[in-house]
Amino acid sequence: MEAGRQKSMLRRGAAASAALLVVFLAAGEWGPGLLGIPPFIVPPLSTIAAEGLRMWNVSHLAFHTAVTFAEVVAGFALGSLLGAMIGYLLGMSPAAELALSPYILALQIAPKVAFAPLFILWMGFTVYPKILVAVLIVFFPVMVNVLTAVRTVDRDLVNLARAFTASRAQVFWKIEFPASMPAMFAGLRIGSTLAVVGVVVGELVGGNMGLGYLLSFGEGQGNTPMVFVAIFMLTVVGGVAYLAVVLAERRVLHYLPARGYQGF
Amino acid sequence: MHFPGDAGRPGILAIREVSFALADGEVVALIGPSGCGKSTLLNIGSGLYAPSEGAAFVDGERVTAPNQHVAFMLQKDLLLPWRTILDNVAFGLEIQRRPGAARIARAHELLASLQLDDFANHYPHQLSGGMRQRVALARTLAVDPSVLLLDEPFSAVDAQTRMVLQRDLARTLKQAGKTALLITHDLAEAVLMADRVLVMSPRPGHIIDEIRIEMPHRDDPIARRQQARLGEYAAMLMQRLHIGEAAAVEPAA
Repeated sequence: MEAGRQKSMLRRGAAASAALLVVFLAAGEWGPGLLGIPPFIVPPLSTIAAEGLRMWNVSHLAFHTAVTFAEVVAGFALGSLLGAMIGYLLGMSPAAELALSPYILALQIAPKVAFAPLFILWMGFTVYPKILVAVLIVFFPVMVNVLTAVRTVDRDLVNLARAFTASRAQVFWKIEFPASMPAMFAGLRIGSTLAVVGVVVGELVGGNMGLGYLLSFGEGQGNTPMVFVAIFMLTVVGGVAYLAVVLAERRVLHYLPARGYQGF
Repeated sequence: MHFPGDAGRPGILAIREVSFALADGEVVALIGPSGCGKSTLLNIGSGLYAPSEGAAFVDGERVTAPNQHVAFMLQKDLLLPWRTILDNVAFGLEIQRRPGAARIARAHELLASLQLDDFANHYPHQLSGGMRQRVALARTLAVDPSVLLLDEPFSAVDAQTRMVLQRDLARTLKQAGKTALLITHDLAEAVLMADRVLVMSPRPGHIIDEIRIEMPHRDDPIARRQQARLGEYAAMLMQRLHIGEAAAVEPAA
């Protein structure tokens, strides 16, 4: 009964989603013409698709997408690793957290993308400043989530392990680390989308590779379809990164009670 | 036992001048108003916190840190949601670095004795509250402690499940000859399960009375329930705790 209702809800949701897609595609193709919007402001979908094909064949769209994707993966991996490590360290040492918290807060409030020009000054027009912006921007949500999770682990669980004569390392690996997993994945989800933001800002500021470069190149040429193609591909890159995190989360957190449709 | 307060605030004297001993294989229940420091005693006994004055001894050894002679069980089952039931039961053995095959065998044996073997590969969220508490009991017994410290272990389960759990626990304690300190606020549970009941005063808690339960069937609380003297003992405990008297109805929070 409950499962049946869940199923019909899912079916109706999927149908509505597909209908919305059709409406959106139609509006994208014929909407600008009907509303009298010139193609250099909002080009019809078919023009964007044709431009995408041209860029694929002529402008190395695949190469630029691969560069951006690799930067996103590197920045996300390094940023989350660093964020998790610092999160665990600060979570286990309240004194260190107290000492560092004003600086961490200041860094967290500072808009990370504003560091992009600085990093390019330091490292030139290479992939490294882009990765570094991504590292910086991914770091905080992961660190804050891990820190909070370690801080709020049930004290009775820790005492249970201690009463069984657990060492500090055992308490960490057998209680605190697994208990922090759900919060860490919440941070990783946020981080995976922010990594794309960091990389694209880095590419916009300087360099001649990546989707951010194509974006500013298209802008300079007054090539609106090219800008739309770059935005679309950036969304695909972010989507793939996010999906990878969600799939990993499903595997790692398989023990959590199923909640039916879990959303994204 | 004195808990130091934060700056500017006085600390709390949780218990004072508490002294008692448990004989081998004896089950002693500890009752008292809420906030009287029962759980503090348990923390001292398990070595989690050192008392500000005095000491606890197990098997003649002074308790200064958690040790393998003592295991505790709380009202919360404290099962680890990311572990299967089997791995939860084996948790203490794993912490104590027992060999893998031996701890799996031991966990299976305990699950079988508590009729939970079918659920070995389930996860905690798939079990009912009563079953989870039985798993917690199995985990406590798995490390084969000589003393069990039980802090209101059944107060979160429904009345019928509690009767079954009490019977399981009483039987296991008797068969294995374990010594146990059972903290409870349920006067009937104290009388049903124990050889002796200690009564504590409001905070700072100290022991104001000791009642020996002269009834058979300590391994079978359901049989004890049939006995007329259950009521007499419960009434005696109520009187000692001044339950129903105007002056003492407000428990220290």
